Amino acid sequence: MSEHAAIAHHHHSEEHVAHQFDNALQQYESGNLGMWLFLLTEVMFFGGMFGAYTIYRAWYPEAFEIASSATNIPLGAFNTVVLIVSSLTMALAVQSAQLGKTKRLVWNIILTMVFGTAFLVVKYFEYSEKIGHHHFPGSSFVWETPAPREVQILFCLYFAMTGMHALHMIVGLGIMTWLLVNAIKGVYGPKYYNPVEVSGLYWHFVDIVWIFLFPMLYLI
Amino acid sequence: MEHHVSSTRLYFGIFATLMVCTFLTVFVRMNLGIKSIGIALSIAVVKATLVILYFMHVKYSHVLTKLAVWIAVVFLGILLVMLSMDYASRDWQYHEPGWEKQGVLKN
Repeated sequence: MSEHAAIAHHHHSEEHVAHQFDNALQQYESGNLGMWLFLLTEVMFFGGMFGAYTIYRAWYPEAFEIASSATNIPLGAFNTVVLIVSSLTMALAVQSAQLGKTKRLVWNIILTMVFGTAFLVVKYFEYSEKIGHHHFPGSSFVWETPAPREVQILFCLYFAMTGMHALHMIVGLGIMTWLLVNAIKGVYGPKYYNPVEVSGLYWHFVDIVWIFLFPMLYLI
Repeated sequence: MEHHVSSTRLYFGIFATLMVCTFLTVFVRMNLGIKSIGIALSIAVVKATLVILYFMHVKYSHVLTKLAVWIAVVFLGILLVMLSMDYASRDWQYHEPGWEKQGVLKN
């Protein structure tokens, strides 16, 4: 009976700590490690495509050089800047939650979403341009200059890698929407900001993937 | 629950460094052309390291988190190195003359 009362008391003293954790710190560290283990699987997921890119680039260096005329460096560079800004606002969102500045947290989440959406809008125009030029792999693919088969492989890699990255961005925007709703409700503060922190980890990871995709797919 | 809270100044400093790195990558590409991929990827590694250490707070994280990050790096390395070793060494073995005409492994 007294043990039961102790458990009940424990719940009241630390309202955000789930029953399987000893305290808020253990819960925080567990959540953090869990997200990193997920990101580890994500590294291997994107790693497979990075591996395919490495092999094809080693096999067909000429094709990559030929296809470099079709990449839009200014748009790629612009999107790199947009994503890095969104990473900054995400980092500031976590810091705001740590300091208990709810209004600043809400605005930084909104800014992160605005820059994330801007990235996807630019991506949409890039895709439209490439599909309009018949550079989407498949039966409609057209490449007048030499080595169409090898160049098509590069476009397969381009659409697969940037497509998976864009999908991760869309998922990230979903997570941000959920964070925003809770932040407005005032759920997060110095005592409880784990969801903001681990969502930030995911957002930064997606940024890192792009940091590598930009030189691999645009600066070729 | 006490945690390290990075200053706004640090975040903007890291951001500025990432911007300079991005500009540098594009600048090198414009001047050296496609051969700049080695430099571009080296700069990308620096950028990723900055994001991991400061934006993702790994510098101030628990040792288990640091271990998870290293495991990710090492296993990605194993994947890419073993894959490259496999493909690089395929021509080293002896083939019966005319094997490539059978169209089984043409690359």
